[in-house]
Amino acid sequence: MAVLNEEQRMLRDAAEAWVRDRAPVTALRALRQGTPAPGHDPALYAEMAEMGWTGILAGEDHGGSDLGLLTMGIVAEQLGRHLVTSPLVSSGVGAVSALRLGGAPVLADEWLPAIVEGRAVLALAIDEGPRHDPAAPGLTAAREGGGWRLSGAKRPVINGLAAHAFLVSAATPDGVALFLVDAGAPGLTIAPLKEIDVRGAALCHFDGVMVAEDARLSTPGLLDGVLDRVRAVVAAEMLGTAAQAFDTTLDYLKTRMQFGQIIGRFQALQHRAAALYGELELTRSAVEAALAALDDAAPDAASLVSVAKALAGDLVRRMGAEMIQLHGGIGMTDEHDAGLYLKRGRVLDMSYGDVAFHRERYALLNGY
Amino acid sequence: MASGFREEAAGWLAANFPPALAFKNPQPYLTDGGYADADADFCLWLRRIADKGWGAVTWPVIYGGAGLTVAHERIIGEEMARIGAFNPNRSYGMMMLGPTLLEFASEEQKLRFLPPIARGEARWCQGFSEPGAGSDLASLQTKCVDQGDHWLVNGQKIWTSGANHAHWCFCLVRTDTTRKQGGISFLLIDMATPGVEARPITLISGTTHFCEVFLTDVKVPKENMVGALNGGWTVGKRLLQFERDSLAGNRAEATPLTELARHYVGTDGQGRIANSDLRARLIRNGIRAQAYSHTVRRAGAETKAGLKTIAVSALKNLGAEVSQERADLIVEIMGNAGLGWEGQGFTAEEIEATRAWLHSRAFSIYGGSHEIQNNITAKQTLGLLDHQ
Repeated sequence: MAVLNEEQRMLRDAAEAWVRDRAPVTALRALRQGTPAPGHDPALYAEMAEMGWTGILAGEDHGGSDLGLLTMGIVAEQLGRHLVTSPLVSSGVGAVSALRLGGAPVLADEWLPAIVEGRAVLALAIDEGPRHDPAAPGLTAAREGGGWRLSGAKRPVINGLAAHAFLVSAATPDGVALFLVDAGAPGLTIAPLKEIDVRGAALCHFDGVMVAEDARLSTPGLLDGVLDRVRAVVAAEMLGTAAQAFDTTLDYLKTRMQFGQIIGRFQALQHRAAALYGELELTRSAVEAALAALDDAAPDAASLVSVAKALAGDLVRRMGAEMIQLHGGIGMTDEHDAGLYLKRGRVLDMSYGDVAFHRERYALLNGY
Repeated sequence: MASGFREEAAGWLAANFPPALAFKNPQPYLTDGGYADADADFCLWLRRIADKGWGAVTWPVIYGGAGLTVAHERIIGEEMARIGAFNPNRSYGMMMLGPTLLEFASEEQKLRFLPPIARGEARWCQGFSEPGAGSDLASLQTKCVDQGDHWLVNGQKIWTSGANHAHWCFCLVRTDTTRKQGGISFLLIDMATPGVEARPITLISGTTHFCEVFLTDVKVPKENMVGALNGGWTVGKRLLQFERDSLAGNRAEATPLTELARHYVGTDGQGRIANSDLRARLIRNGIRAQAYSHTVRRAGAETKAGLKTIAVSALKNLGAEVSQERADLIVEIMGNAGLGWEGQGFTAEEIEATRAWLHSRAFSIYGGSHEIQNNITAKQTLGLLDHQ
């Protein structure tokens, strides 16, 4: 853990206690049984907003605390530990960043206070095809009258079932821009995607959806800037998921008896645990470095984000597989949590660029 | 700390660091005393650092140090890095024995042995491993018998870095054959004592800084034992922690291999490294190397803040893996040009890279092998019980 200030330590302890008490893994199990919409527990999200987490990245003029990404990462890690499912990353990181960086003060004044108070949930509609490729959206925005006409489809839109509005990436004659689209806009249809994990994912069709000129957010580097903030926080969430998977597995190694002894005495298992511990620590350094670099607007922030997201992807894949393997048969049952950690790991790995995407991005940023 | 210290350090370094040494690899000066002694610039640099009192920045003045803080030490290090300078007193005595003596030695021993280390005058080697005691170090057999007015030592040490140019050796010896860890003592032996013989071992890389040390009826003064009789395992284990500390952080920053790959492998039509498989593995190593350097930095910051940090045993393994992989990749990039041993047809850089690759296989063996580090992590950090 990075060297935290007093405020960050308090927030971490508060988040840890809240997740343990209010949103343990059983909460995810309950969500799994429920109807698709909205894909999270609104009462829990209201509590998160009340604790100020939705405003960590927002400015004080919009009711936020402007504490920065390292602080948001601290919360995300705790949420990741117990597989909390909520729109905090979509809305509190993605949408807040877009509205702060997007050069559209009217939109920011309209939406940021509602996001910070938890009244509004915004989702990012970026991905379309099987692979994350934000630079080349197939969804188009064409000028029409005084506004824009959006045509195309987005999937998966994370937290799309809960969203009051979407930030939609679209190809325009001037390059890729983001458009803020109200969930009730005529021509927009939202269908649930039932995935291996619960996150309120949706398939959104934009069938000639009309938006006003001032619904466009378009500043240089906007999409990358927004996505990198989201990626870094997702990497922190993945770190928490992997850390808890490791702790749970380690507990099992210390209690499971076979051949008349605790299996954690077997050196073959000890060395695997030691190797996983090393990977966990390596990834923690990368995640914290990426978050800090974004906070500092460091020139290598984008590269560090890809380092962190690629390593976090490697980590959750390996940890998920090892969690099941080291638990043996019980780890394969739906009753045990190991499968939930494997699924969450896979979903987060695929979110906003998987290992291969970020290795290649790192490579192109560094001249490979 | 007065903000003027950085300017003072920078000014002094600019005036005193021999420009001929700028950006040179400091490692050979550490491992090969003969090489160090033969380099007039290095000797001058070491003497100037010693005279300035910066040979042991944080040690108390009474033991030859400068009595400054870790923050001062970091500033000196940063200012050195800025001009391509290095600390010439990064010796085994400085990094491993000195901190151990500060914790365990008697006042007389500290006053006698620490100042020459701080001044870079006494070169030390580590007599721990034996032919039959590698990873299972506590099974060491070198016998040390109380002869009334002296100790009599007989046995053999191996993998003793720099023993052929060392003035002194810190040794683990057996003083009780009935107990394993509890029968080991920590002894300081003058390499000039009759019966001490150091023989270099040629390694696969052709280098010779590792030695065998034969100890035959070596008489050692009684006052040269550090800690209690049969209490040497505790002292030795602490010293091994200092060794892991020094090994863990010393390969943190490495330049990317992209330029090297462009030169030897070439690029495709889009300017990317031509071979996609090699390129993918270079990328992976680059990512891990960067994360590792941040891990070293984080461990330093957390240690300084008094926080629990990554286990040094895990850090050592991560560092060894990343640098072994890198050394391997360099030779792979060079292809046939990475196969040279010496002579014409190969550049000096190519031959150095090839030998560095061969040497790199030792990273996961020395200072406690990869497997021993994993045992330590499992037991001490993860709380898993000893295997049976």
